[in-house]
Amino acid sequence: MTIFSKFRTATLAAGLAFTVGFTASMPAAHADEQYFPLQSYRVGPYAAGGTGFFGGFIDYLNLINTRDGGVNGVKLTWSEAETQYEVERGVEAYERLKSNPNVAAWNPLSVGIAYAMIDRITADKVPLITINHGRTDSTDGRVFPYVFPLLLNPYSETSGIVNYIAGKEGGLEKLKGKKIAVLYHGSPYGKETIPIYELLAQKYGFELQQIEVPHPGNEQQSQWLTIRRSKPDYVVLRGWGVMNPVALKTAAKTGFPVDHIIGNVWSNSEEDAIPAGAAAKGYTAITTQASGTEYPVVQEIVKTVYDAGKGNLDDKKRIGSVYHNLGIVNGILNVEAIRIAQAKFGNRTLTGDEVRWGFEHLQLDPARVEALGAKGLFHSINVTWDNHEGNGYVTFQQWDGAKWKVVSDWIAPDWALLRPIIEKSSQAYAAEKGIKLRTAEEAEAALN
Amino acid sequence: MEGFDGLFFLEVLVGGLLSGVMYSLVAIGFVLIYKTSGVLNFAQGAMLLFAALTFVSLTERGISFPLAFAITFAIMVVLGITIERTVLRPLTNRPPITLFMATLGLSYVIEGAAQLIWGTQVHGLDLGIEDVPFDVSGVFISQFDLFAAAVAATLVAVLSVFFRYTRIGLGFRAVADDPFAALAVGLRLPVIWATVWAAAGLVALVAGLLWGARVGVQFSLSLVVLKALPVLVLGGFDSIPGAIVGGLLIGAAEKLAEVYLGDYFGGGIESWFAYVLALVVLLVRPAGLFGQKRVERV
Amino acid sequence: MTAFATDLIPGSRPETRLSRSLPGWALPVTTLAVAYLAVPLLATNYLFEAILLPFLALSLAGVGLNILTGYAGQVSLGSAAFMAVGAYAAYNFNLRVEGLPLIGSIVLAGLSAAAIGLAFGLPSLRLKGFYLAVSTLAAQFFVQWALTKFSWFSNDSASGVIDAPPLHVAGLTVEGPVGRYLFALTVVTVLTFLSYRLVISQTGRNFIAVRDNETAARIIGVPVLKTKLLAFAVSSFIIGVAGVLWAFAYLRTVEPAGFNLDRSFQILFIVIIGGLATIRGAFFGAALIVAFPLVLSRFGSFVLGDVFDSGVLDMSQRIVLGALIILFLVLEPDGLAALADRLRRRIGTVLRRR
Repeated sequence: MTIFSKFRTATLAAGLAFTVGFTASMPAAHADEQYFPLQSYRVGPYAAGGTGFFGGFIDYLNLINTRDGGVNGVKLTWSEAETQYEVERGVEAYERLKSNPNVAAWNPLSVGIAYAMIDRITADKVPLITINHGRTDSTDGRVFPYVFPLLLNPYSETSGIVNYIAGKEGGLEKLKGKKIAVLYHGSPYGKETIPIYELLAQKYGFELQQIEVPHPGNEQQSQWLTIRRSKPDYVVLRGWGVMNPVALKTAAKTGFPVDHIIGNVWSNSEEDAIPAGAAAKGYTAITTQASGTEYPVVQEIVKTVYDAGKGNLDDKKRIGSVYHNLGIVNGILNVEAIRIAQAKFGNRTLTGDEVRWGFEHLQLDPARVEALGAKGLFHSINVTWDNHEGNGYVTFQQWDGAKWKVVSDWIAPDWALLRPIIEKSSQAYAAEKGIKLRTAEEAEAALN
Repeated sequence: MEGFDGLFFLEVLVGGLLSGVMYSLVAIGFVLIYKTSGVLNFAQGAMLLFAALTFVSLTERGISFPLAFAITFAIMVVLGITIERTVLRPLTNRPPITLFMATLGLSYVIEGAAQLIWGTQVHGLDLGIEDVPFDVSGVFISQFDLFAAAVAATLVAVLSVFFRYTRIGLGFRAVADDPFAALAVGLRLPVIWATVWAAAGLVALVAGLLWGARVGVQFSLSLVVLKALPVLVLGGFDSIPGAIVGGLLIGAAEKLAEVYLGDYFGGGIESWFAYVLALVVLLVRPAGLFGQKRVERV
Repeated sequence: MTAFATDLIPGSRPETRLSRSLPGWALPVTTLAVAYLAVPLLATNYLFEAILLPFLALSLAGVGLNILTGYAGQVSLGSAAFMAVGAYAAYNFNLRVEGLPLIGSIVLAGLSAAAIGLAFGLPSLRLKGFYLAVSTLAAQFFVQWALTKFSWFSNDSASGVIDAPPLHVAGLTVEGPVGRYLFALTVVTVLTFLSYRLVISQTGRNFIAVRDNETAARIIGVPVLKTKLLAFAVSSFIIGVAGVLWAFAYLRTVEPAGFNLDRSFQILFIVIIGGLATIRGAFFGAALIVAFPLVLSRFGSFVLGDVFDSGVLDMSQRIVLGALIILFLVLEPDGLAALADRLRRRIGTVLRRR
């Protein structure tokens, strides 16, 4: 045994003891607070989305605390745990954060983490918000009482995109004989809408070609050459991360006109367009929330939060970006659900189930949205006990080389067409898991 | 299926070959290090990311293109030498798997540091090459890819001249050939190792800029190593010509397979096709197309 | 230096240094007693859900990979793929075979993983070192692709994500974290015991002979090809079952992306840091790999949370984690198992001196 090896043993043993012995302390509970556990991701491949979204969410919560002193006097609190977008880190963060008191709702912004949490939050009776993503069939509140894919589920997104293309062609009947190619990310997320595109192709009579791009999508020569050969009228980009700028660049390289590429809701950010440089100019993408800083609520965040040096984004240029505004809209929806529930249960700290009731009555018409300072930022939402998506409207924005510009009205997806498909899927899930369908009375009565 | 379209086939082939050049660029960085120290340096991807991120952040702060290049290169040299000193030297004579794991740990450090210093934002990188295709009698050829191929060729030429005609370069070849004999004749291994890491840093920088211009400068840039690994297997871990030929072969075969065979599998086969192709070749030639065979002694 | 290219794994390191004052069974039995009796009484839900369950699943995967890499000397970067095969196979057997008990699904899942492992182990008959390691990546990417591509595997679930069924064992339904913990613990105990028996048997000695010198092993009459393939099959079986635990006992849901290359690297880290060719090393390694990032992040946000924002903290943690891995590799070449041995001897010496 040399001195060196003694030292080495001691160091390693100490490190180990430290590892095993460390336990964390939990913050103490206070009266009249509502807590948001944030499973954020600021590191790793999806950091751009995570910093923007959670930045916007936190900025809005900050605004409510600073400007209004909380929601009717109930202060909003939050803490973050990093997930790096990995499911098991998300689960660990869930188990860690859930022991905090007064949890209002979970907002993981990750399909994988959301899936792993469904059983857990249902047992805990706390709502799980998956804005613009998540499990399509969780729209059915009869089967998923605590899961809310707010504003836009993947099927509605598909319908919205097809309706937009129809609008450009001059009506749904003009789709007949047109050719649409869908370029999708080779992941469960990317594949989710395959049957819906097929259904719509059949219904409207357009020709459909669905092409997979293997993860991560940094090479797309062959996919775009296939497109070049089949010469579709439109290409829908159902991308994720690096796949989006590469698609735009490769499209330019193979001579496909960029203004005939339509991005989906996860291909619509500045981070998707900027890296593609000039090749992105003219690219159009769907969104539920417009980007830009001109909306009163964003202005107030700049004034109240950022000018006081409390803003969450490091780079102020990103204020009003797509992800940041999505975070703000997510903040509005969470806060309003609490406000609505407070009107029924009293201005105090609510239980998770009471917040769930609030989300199930989250009805914000355009007038209310305007009163919240978000006119033009998003359209409206109408959540009910059995429709947990809330019929969000979509709009389309075009990249002008430096920023997004809205180029369409608010468009409604064809919810009536999609509802039976969603119910079929949710009922299969209910059968598999032995879940009894919830009724409207049960949704109201669950609290008592 | 309509009749066979020869022009289209040619287009896929050319596109594939040019993509292959991009794979080779990444693979060369691996080869340099593997040849001298027997390490499969998984941190090459992280180095590529670090270089590209540093370069793009410097230019965004108003530093001119050549100056940013020089500064980044200097940083990469320092980084390479530091890695050699702090990670590889203490691990000399350890089994290669340990060294491999160490480079994995290293990639965490570099990725973390890159994002800590420069942030997690996504950047665009414009090298001033317009990416409109040439139309050569119906076949589209990407200007940017041609430029990338030219850069790659220059890089390989510079490296070969360096290793053929300079003292250190000759030392490199001696070490690659037989490290113990090289030591015995008095070559100083640390100097050679440091040089090789600096050269790998240069390759990472060039590859990082070209890939960064293609896909944007962001975290996913480090994933391009996954495209380079089958190239290495096919060409042999210790052969620069192997990396080039391997890259071209993989690029072309992968694109042709996706376009012509993809339909039979339902598409998206590119993610594994290159690996399976490399595997098939290996079963015939276990040390790759150009790798050195080993004589086994008992 | 080129000698490294093929001999990826260090020479043999005798595992059985039986310089203990206690009988050899004492430690495992004590550990098991604590694990079965004390832990369920003392641990919190957080400990079960966030630490013990992933620890058990990853330990088992580590044991499996250690048989292949530590004992038989074949490096694989495709472990996560075999976990995925196990998880999806168990899901499908459970779903599609009426009346099959859970244990049956698990065994069949292990066998499916073994079959796939055998197929991707075939190149090992010709390839060595990094060439073999990189070609196991073919398994990694192919399996992930196939599970995503063919929605039959996930019972045509729209999102390609599977939900674990309720766990029924011998007529009882295993529910709650404690139940799932005991279930996972039992599976891990049984398979670890069997692995231990295997590595001290003639087969285990054949593994080591092939690892240390293939040509020499052939000369002394070890059936090299058979031994290598057997190592792949056994290892994949165990890793496949670990995948079932990961999906059914721990996460309760799985998407193919959960079994990506990073998971494979993680398992390799467990084996290397824990100690090659030691069964208990896998447990040490898994404990470190599961607990360390958590401790680091807790510690970071506890001490520095007010000074830096969470992004900076997380980036710093990544750096620290990478640096510590390198430090461990530099300071402790034989892994945590060797460190534990030294500690025990040191304590023994101190006690004797008294």
